[in-house]
Amino acid sequence: MSDLRSHVGPYFGEFGGRFVPESLIAALDELEATYQVAKADPTFAAELAELHRTYTGRPSIITEAKRFAEHCGSGVRVFLKREDLNHTGSHKINNVIGQALLAKRMGKTRIIAETGAGQHGVASATAAALFGLDCVVYMGQVDTERQALNVARMKLLGAEVIPVTTGSRTLKDAINEALRDWVANVEDTHYLLGTVAGPHPFPTMVRDFHSVIGTEARQQMLDEFGFLPTALAACVGGGSNAIGLFHAFLDDTDVKMFGFEAAGDGMDTPRHAATLNYGRPGVLHGARSYMLQDEDGQTMESHSISAGLDYPGVGPEHSWLKDLGRVEYRGISDAEAMDALRLLSRTEGIIPAIETAHALAGTIKLGKELPTGSSILVNLSGRGDKDMETAGKYFGLLDAAQAQTAKGGH
Amino acid sequence: MNSRTSAVLEQNKVEGNGSLIGYFPAGYPTLERSIEASIVMCQNGVDVLELGVPYSDPVMDGIVIQEATLKALENGFKLKQTFDAVRKITAEVNTPVLVMTYWNPVLQYGVENFARDLAEAGGAGLITPDLIPDEAKEWLEASDKYSLDRVFLGTPSSSPERMKTASDLSRGFVYAVSTMGITGARAEVDANARKVVARVREVSETAKTAVGIGISTADQVVDVNTYSDGAIVGSAFVRAYAEGGVEALKLKVIELSARLKK
Repeated sequence: MSDLRSHVGPYFGEFGGRFVPESLIAALDELEATYQVAKADPTFAAELAELHRTYTGRPSIITEAKRFAEHCGSGVRVFLKREDLNHTGSHKINNVIGQALLAKRMGKTRIIAETGAGQHGVASATAAALFGLDCVVYMGQVDTERQALNVARMKLLGAEVIPVTTGSRTLKDAINEALRDWVANVEDTHYLLGTVAGPHPFPTMVRDFHSVIGTEARQQMLDEFGFLPTALAACVGGGSNAIGLFHAFLDDTDVKMFGFEAAGDGMDTPRHAATLNYGRPGVLHGARSYMLQDEDGQTMESHSISAGLDYPGVGPEHSWLKDLGRVEYRGISDAEAMDALRLLSRTEGIIPAIETAHALAGTIKLGKELPTGSSILVNLSGRGDKDMETAGKYFGLLDAAQAQTAKGGH
Repeated sequence: MNSRTSAVLEQNKVEGNGSLIGYFPAGYPTLERSIEASIVMCQNGVDVLELGVPYSDPVMDGIVIQEATLKALENGFKLKQTFDAVRKITAEVNTPVLVMTYWNPVLQYGVENFARDLAEAGGAGLITPDLIPDEAKEWLEASDKYSLDRVFLGTPSSSPERMKTASDLSRGFVYAVSTMGITGARAEVDANARKVVARVREVSETAKTAVGIGISTADQVVDVNTYSDGAIVGSAFVRAYAEGGVEALKLKVIELSARLKK
């Protein structure tokens, strides 16, 4: 299993590919060609790095979570890669800035994006504002309700937010609508896909834009602490923050890797989003990968308290890494994630996104399995401000009237 | 390899007639009703039937077909019923029946198994909107083995190389996508449709073409048949059925096909 890092699409083992209408192939080819030229162009790398330095706020720091670590077994150190401190509050900006630069190179004047929790939508709207592009964000109607504050943010940034009322009205259906829009408007529009799923070149390209997370973190661990972590932990919905952290470490065979999926009501219930644990290979949204489906191949609805992990598919590289045994994927229930969210808040003064809380809950369990002296590097992929209404209700911190006010956008 | 579908299109052309390819979703609103509707279409002017498989994530379909196929799924449509429908339709009419399906249901059923059962039921082949020839190795083999049509898409944005591949590998006809967009009626069928058909003609002397996406009027059907081997109509038929049941559907088929036959 050496040299996993250099692997690129269209295929990751039996996964990946391009299962999309012919109408989109020319656009995917154009994107692939533009990306290859940009990748080899030092001025592109320099432009991206400068934007990350002066706009995103990179490099993001590493925080050692000493009080939190006391709950993660004995003698285990926990380090947080602080992607929550990026502009817009999550890792999503890494990919968005990269793709927006490519959209400009291709002469596109309009970007469209899907969003679940709203993190990617906000990041896309932000990049559109920065680069002067029109922006339309598709968001499942269910998600526009549970993430009302992010809808307001996107609108304030000048984006149009279209609630998707078809299918299950969540992230999966938002991607369908974005694909339909793209088929019709491909000449002037770039589809700024927000995760490592979708047809080639998206899984490889989005991974590359997020690989800055692991590249920085690996060097920071060596420079600041003098060792590489025993294990990596990240949450997995589509899988972008996880692959971003994992990629730089793939060939460090001593570093174990763990992806934590949303188990929703629990792994022993049908209400979950644990695609890699309970799905089987199929084709969804343009790529072959693990997915949640019934015996007829109809996509099944996923369930999670976290809108960002509530997705019945996963990026093809994760499917490949699972089958290779390089990464272990586990499920974390809503309840475990919310407990971890509160614990990090109270022990470290850091309120994580509910998505990220799945990685933290996984870390608590993992720490108890690892020998004393181990260390876990967690991708703290996003901050929890957007989740205050959900958390407030969950923990009973808001009375009914206050909850109503919060929903109104204060 | 012979194709009954292309033979029908050829025969109509030789006789100076045009061809109408009509779409209807299996299981909409129920399996029995969809079989009845399909047979009525074939008996009243549809030359080739395109029987749709309802799917949870139909990215190539507009709202009319989305709503119909969602209804079929809500009413309990199961994939295997596709073969029952094909069997019952082909028992009543000689019209070639092409099944239009997104790829994952076929993949889950097993490509070879699907081809075998479709051929056994009397189906003519598959139209695969999200399967490009590049990813179709298994289907190319299975469709050869069971002598099934395979319809790939040619679009305004397809490169000359891709257009040639689609033309060479398609059997039955090439689905000429008239406009950059999803299914649904449009006031004007794009001038792009002519270009797509012309580009298929440039790269293939034998490939048939049928133009689809956005065709909903008799004028459009007639016009498309002046330069193509057939016109594909979907949403207009589904809408007619949704609004007026099988009688309205029958009238719509007659309206759209009347001027094609001498």
